Amino acid sequence: MTKLSVDTSKPLLRVANISKSYGSRVALHEASFDLWPGEVMAVVGESGSGKTTLLNAIAGRQCPDTGLVEFLNRTNELQNIYVMSEAQQRLLSRTEWGFVHQSSADGLRMDVSAGANIGERLMSLGERHYGRLRQTAEEWLKRVEIDPARIDDTPRTFSGGMRQRLQIARNLVTQPRLVFMDEPTSGLDVSVQARLLDLLRQLTRQMQLAVVIVTHDLAVARLLAHRMMVMQRGVVVEAGLTDQVLDDPQHPYTQLLVSSVLQP
Amino acid sequence: MMLQLKKVTKQFTLHHQHGVQLNVLNNVDMSVSSGECVVLDGPSGMGKSTLLKLIYANYRASSGEIEVRQADGSTLELTKADPRELVRMRRHTVGYVSQFLRVIPRVSALDVVAEPLIEDVAHDIAAVEKAREIARALLTRLRIPERLWELPPATFSGGEQQRINIARNMIKPQPILLLDEPTASLDAANTQTVIDLIHEALARGAALVGIFHDAHVGKAVATRHIDVTQFRSAQ
Repeated sequence: MTKLSVDTSKPLLRVANISKSYGSRVALHEASFDLWPGEVMAVVGESGSGKTTLLNAIAGRQCPDTGLVEFLNRTNELQNIYVMSEAQQRLLSRTEWGFVHQSSADGLRMDVSAGANIGERLMSLGERHYGRLRQTAEEWLKRVEIDPARIDDTPRTFSGGMRQRLQIARNLVTQPRLVFMDEPTSGLDVSVQARLLDLLRQLTRQMQLAVVIVTHDLAVARLLAHRMMVMQRGVVVEAGLTDQVLDDPQHPYTQLLVSSVLQP
Repeated sequence: MMLQLKKVTKQFTLHHQHGVQLNVLNNVDMSVSSGECVVLDGPSGMGKSTLLKLIYANYRASSGEIEVRQADGSTLELTKADPRELVRMRRHTVGYVSQFLRVIPRVSALDVVAEPLIEDVAHDIAAVEKAREIARALLTRLRIPERLWELPPATFSGGEQQRINIARNMIKPQPILLLDEPTASLDAANTQTVIDLIHEALARGAALVGIFHDAHVGKAVATRHIDVTQFRSAQ
């Protein structure tokens, strides 16, 4: 697997003072952070804390009212993702970025085959060779622990855990540098969750992916993320290394979160 | 000088316990050089583990400075470092043997141990195999039966998990090593193996700071003792 060597003096993603309101309700207030290549960052908080608003804003899905979101492009310049042309943005979201949704129905085409789900990004980049597409799809099915014999089945016939793994394969096939994940493990049985988490942990390390993962599950953050941000009512109240925030929480809200669960 | 703490204090504020403030460590000044093994003494509850956790940046110092000489020769001041620098510091400079193994689901004991080496070689298959070879040798030294190597350690006994934890965190020859009661649940033979491993780390020039429940182990490895009760402030 070849990777472009990236100048690490610049972050992959730079988020500066982004805010978003819905009417008079402030959903997100002045969030800032830099994300570096290979870094996995968890965003935690209860529902309504603004973490999904943050994710959508930094993933180019919903423009914030104020502030700046910049991504390091292949020519090593930080580029404002909201002033790109639509074609540029599309290319970015099909190649350099991935987005893993909480509900697999939002991230997969449920009525086309597993193989076609995986091949779609490659085809949009111009790959037309049927044999190569099929071979790549088979390889990726194996990597996410789905029997390649299921390549012609649609995700409708898959279990919840398999669908999430297929969603991951569909996103990672173009070897993106940055992947956004919105509660990827919630709604799965515990044993299925463990398998998915282990897979995510392996893939993020092997591929040196930068990841922003939104989760309400502190154990998921502990296992996958290098660092984390805690949100409450649209505000980032605490940030740091994952184990620092979990083992030595400073903010009252973080202390409450940590003390409310059984050994994250 | 590998490690230097300057006027480090640590207090915990418990916001949901009426804002109680616990002053655990006060004015810690200490430094550790290459080839030294500093053993922390003092009754439990005096902040020995807290001190190790501050050096590992697991806890955040309330004030003061913690300087670590990194593998590349530069100095990192932990209280001002960003997460990325701390991740790098842990990967290349400071190892930490905690009291308990934090289990990773589905990963075999062998790979749990080899992982710190595998992380550095990524896709080089020969190097990955070499890392596993080193892990096998270490598991053998620590008397983990071969039939357990391919199993995830979740179901292992406390003593077995502790030995996996030691192997995982000592497999890579880090310049600085922190040890929090690594022999607490080990038998005499394995305790002696850990003492040997510590002596080997010292011989290659590592700087060690450790807590040893068992006084004879502390005596066997210490080049210097520090009594942490001196860092205790009036509550």
